[in-house]
Amino acid sequence: MTDIATNTPELAAGTAVKGRSLWATALMRLRRNKAAMVSLLILILYIFAGISGPMLSPHHYATVYPEYVRVPASLEAYPRAEEIIPQAESVLTRTRLQIDAIEVNGNTLHVEASSEREIDPRMTRYLERSDIFSNVRIVETSGDSRSVVMEADVERLRFLFGTDANGRDLLARILVSIRISLMIGALATGVALIIGVAWGATAGFLGGRVDNVMMRVVDVLYALPFTFFAILLVVFFGRNVVLMFVAVGAVEWLDMARIVRGQTISLRRREFVQAAEALGVSSGGILRRHIIPNTLGPVIIYMTLLIPKVILLESFLSFLGLGVQEPLTSLGVLISEGARNMRSAPYMLIYPSIALTLLLFSLNFLGDGLRDALDPRDR
Amino acid sequence: MLAYVLRRLFGAIPTLFVIITLSFFLMRIAPGGPFDRERALEAKVLENLNRVFHLDRPLWEQYLYYLGNLARGDLGPSFIYRDFSVQQLLGSGLPISIQLGASALLLALLIGSVLGTIAALRQNSWIDYGVTAVATFGITVPNFVVAPLLSLIFGVWLSLLPAGGWGNGGPANMLLPVITLALPQVAIIARLIRGSMIEALRSDHVRTARAYGLPARMVVIVHAMRAACLPVVSYLGPAAAALLTGSVVVETIFGLPGIGRYFVQGALNRDYTLVMGTVIIIAVFVVVFNLIVDLLYAALDPRVRYD
Amino acid sequence: MSAERIFDIRNLHVTFDTPDGRINAVRGVDMHVNAGETVAVVGESGSGKSQVMMAAMGLLASNGRAEGAVSYRGQELIGLPKNRLNRIRGAKITMIFQEPMTSLDPLYTIERQISEPIMVHGGLSPSAARRKALELLKLVHIPDPERRLKSYPHELSGGQRQRVMIAMALANDPDLLIADEPTTALDVTIQAEILRLLAELQKKLGMAILFITHDLGIVEAFADRVYVMQSGEVVEEGTTRQIFTRPAKDYTKMLLAAEPEGSKPPVQDDSPVLLDAKGVSVTFTAGGGFLSRSAFELKAVQDVTLSLRAGQTIGIVGESGSGKSTLGRAILQLLPSDGRVVYQSVPIQGLDRAGMRPYRKNLQMVFQDPYGSLSPRMTVGEIVTEGLLVHEPQLSARERDEAAIKALKEVGLDPIARNRFPHEFSGGQRQRIAIARAVILKPTVIVLDEPTSALDRSIQKQIINLLRQIQKSYGLSYIFISHDLAVVRALADYTIVMRTGRVVEEGPTEEVFRTPKSDYTRALMQAAFNLKEVLSRQAVAPA
Repeated sequence: MTDIATNTPELAAGTAVKGRSLWATALMRLRRNKAAMVSLLILILYIFAGISGPMLSPHHYATVYPEYVRVPASLEAYPRAEEIIPQAESVLTRTRLQIDAIEVNGNTLHVEASSEREIDPRMTRYLERSDIFSNVRIVETSGDSRSVVMEADVERLRFLFGTDANGRDLLARILVSIRISLMIGALATGVALIIGVAWGATAGFLGGRVDNVMMRVVDVLYALPFTFFAILLVVFFGRNVVLMFVAVGAVEWLDMARIVRGQTISLRRREFVQAAEALGVSSGGILRRHIIPNTLGPVIIYMTLLIPKVILLESFLSFLGLGVQEPLTSLGVLISEGARNMRSAPYMLIYPSIALTLLLFSLNFLGDGLRDALDPRDR
Repeated sequence: MLAYVLRRLFGAIPTLFVIITLSFFLMRIAPGGPFDRERALEAKVLENLNRVFHLDRPLWEQYLYYLGNLARGDLGPSFIYRDFSVQQLLGSGLPISIQLGASALLLALLIGSVLGTIAALRQNSWIDYGVTAVATFGITVPNFVVAPLLSLIFGVWLSLLPAGGWGNGGPANMLLPVITLALPQVAIIARLIRGSMIEALRSDHVRTARAYGLPARMVVIVHAMRAACLPVVSYLGPAAAALLTGSVVVETIFGLPGIGRYFVQGALNRDYTLVMGTVIIIAVFVVVFNLIVDLLYAALDPRVRYD
Repeated sequence: MSAERIFDIRNLHVTFDTPDGRINAVRGVDMHVNAGETVAVVGESGSGKSQVMMAAMGLLASNGRAEGAVSYRGQELIGLPKNRLNRIRGAKITMIFQEPMTSLDPLYTIERQISEPIMVHGGLSPSAARRKALELLKLVHIPDPERRLKSYPHELSGGQRQRVMIAMALANDPDLLIADEPTTALDVTIQAEILRLLAELQKKLGMAILFITHDLGIVEAFADRVYVMQSGEVVEEGTTRQIFTRPAKDYTKMLLAAEPEGSKPPVQDDSPVLLDAKGVSVTFTAGGGFLSRSAFELKAVQDVTLSLRAGQTIGIVGESGSGKSTLGRAILQLLPSDGRVVYQSVPIQGLDRAGMRPYRKNLQMVFQDPYGSLSPRMTVGEIVTEGLLVHEPQLSARERDEAAIKALKEVGLDPIARNRFPHEFSGGQRQRIAIARAVILKPTVIVLDEPTSALDRSIQKQIINLLRQIQKSYGLSYIFISHDLAVVRALADYTIVMRTGRVVEEGPTEEVFRTPKSDYTRALMQAAFNLKEVLSRQAVAPA
């Protein structure tokens, strides 16, 4: 069939520009896509949060604050100013001291107390024992030791996202979950990529009977429900983060294998591969110079869309209680806890949900943008 | 055509056999057993249990025994729900899962194809961008986020609908689960239809139809729509199989007695027969729906022949 | 002849908004068609000739916009509401398109597709429409029309599909038939049949035809009046005789001069035989997967023998499915084949990849599709020098670069090109790159597989001259595969005519072209060189 040349205007424009590879053109198109660029920015923030967030956060994700179980999210610090004095008073009643004056000055509690007997300086321990107060010191003791002026530092904690049912800071837990999610996303996608590309390229390149058998295997695995697979893997290897990567990756390589195989087969039929064969280029050279660079586009597109899928799958397994183990956590675990506590503490459901949704959104938008940029036929 | 259907169904037997065998042995190789949780059991009782359930026999014997029962249509007793057979459990759960899944699928087909078609006809307009954004939302937000949020908003805060429970399948009880199940499908179907519709509208034969002065509605419905349906039909096979066999998340959060839960619970408790039963159900659904899809495809596209 | 103007285009502009900017495809075109006449619009690819018609009929892609005036019998068409435009499209003005493969809806029967416009415009009942459709299929000489009504497009050949399109076009007795390259995708003999059918139907029914084509041969044989288009503008118009005998514009002259010309003198009889192929056969097995047994065999090439002498060009001519390309690949051992191929007294038949490697340097190939034969992610420099990596691994990167510069200059390209990517070049430039890739190895034989078929005539001529010049300076031998008889006549000194895998006729080019012996070759020649006479003959049903 005769192929009549079209798109001459585009070609004319092309010759005027110097050496613009398809990748450079794609990057230029991507830069023009606002949704993708915003997503990229959000993603960079997430990566930053995942890497350094848990270190910068004032609370450790595993620290339990028994006084602050399920405190709602707020910008104000805990304990609230009006709660400190009653707290101090209730503790101090046990010292059987007469409290003459009590006030809070910023983060310092100022108490003037007196007693009929001599005051034992060790009574400060009562205050120390409370989690709110620390560094209790006697500033002034009267000559007869019957009245003292004490000062104590009030530990005021901020829980921007509130705390969970065990009294752990939700923000710190979300930050560490993001780290886990991103790690799983990257590593599991890597595993899926390696298995899928190797399997698909081998099947596609060798063709014939080998291809048939290899793709039969893929078909059978497709028919197995993937949750079954993931659950079995988790059951086998125990609940271990690294093995989660492998399990999720091992489940998700099937699509990648199909895509790469299809690409390889269609590329083998292309004239430039035949041209390379006519030049006497070896199989290795054809794979390296002609097939792999050309499968790269679809593989990258699929990869960016696979990352959110993998993150979602991990969250799903975690939601079912098959994911990472306490005290480590993941967004799926947090959402599942949130769902259980949604009546009393809806923020426990809402914040992790937003965190996960935003992450998945930006990954999907970026993936779509990349696809449009590399393969702009559709829009 | 009947010969083709029979040939396909017979052709699926080896695949099913491989899946059953693979699942059986993988399940058994996994550490732990069905009665591990019940520490209180005396050695004597445990021994009895193992004998009753044939767990004291060599693995291959158990395998043959299972296959023998399966050939007679017996899925065996459940190890955990000891008063029920697997048939009974699946028999009571499956209709509920199918009811939910089918409603969700129909809803998704209806809304998804309308949205997708509108977006394709008004390509690059604000309607198109709106539909695309909604579709991305539907694909992105996981059902274990949607389900509790819907339950929280409509069940707890607004108290409009029951936050959970089956209640003999009343419409009010079904609404939230069906919406949760349908949402991602709406998104996927809308995207598929939009893409294939745009391609169909650009195709040469639609140009021919336009050039011959056919009314716009006829061009879209007769000539573009049928071609645009084809990718959706292929997608529907696996999607229907997955939807009709229940969803763990939706059933857990809304407290519904479908079969989705059995699968995860069974796997965690090493309820071998229950897991095997669920796997077989899912595999059969996949096989049957792939067949239905292929028949449908051949009916829609004369280039495809039963081979 | 009445000179009533039925179709009038005035100052038509068409623009497309693309992500990379606005493209002005048509820039101020004026044209008209009188009742009953045949007008040709001729131009090379990208001249905007098709877009003029698409704009006139309201069929532009969604990113396209038309401005100006197009009127049919005084009725302005641009900006006309779709429902009123639809009363004219498909009834008074009908169209036939280039791709008979895709222009019909694959999902509906022929009957339904012909009936739809009849029912919509004529208000006929389905049974009446069916009778009309049957009548129309008889009119366009489709064999076994009753059965064909129930067929789907994929069950028809390309020529039959184009006949169905014509039947659809005639259904409502149109005033004007717009034919957009209706025969470009067809073999020459089928092309002649379709053109003959159109000419006959025009005589019988009296509609005007507006014929869009790049093929001047068709224009000369077919049209009364001609518009010549170049980059979105009409550069010249006039009667066919005027344009062909006294062209006024340089562009028109260039187009007319672009017909391949010249011939190649035969080589001396004592010239050594370089490549000798005896009894070459290729059989494809299709189907027959992993578990199915139903495989069928296709004998693509059967028992072909040829011997190529130093400095010789053997032309292999044939229509689609004749096995000519397969033969070329089989000789180069790019396909499994039977027979015996000897290169300079070394048998190379059946050698594997590694065994063939030393000979690949001398046996090169250039492919048809200049868009598909260059690796899109490699620079032109990398593409041109890839062969050196294999055959002269001792060369340094710098020496390879120098060789690339030399080769690119030789094929008439600026050496700066080697830092660019193939997608930045036009079809003709890409074909030059492909030739440079072959020439850089200094081969003795090049198999050229339709190297000019995807190119415009004027570009084609440049490539032919380039091939001649390279042959002269290196004393190369060519095997030139083409469906285009004019090009083969200009380049080859020996011609082989193939049909369905077999050699129909062979001999020195002059002899084959002057006194063809077989009926098939004669029909080919007639269709290619004497279209006018073919058209004047009475149309008959194809065999």
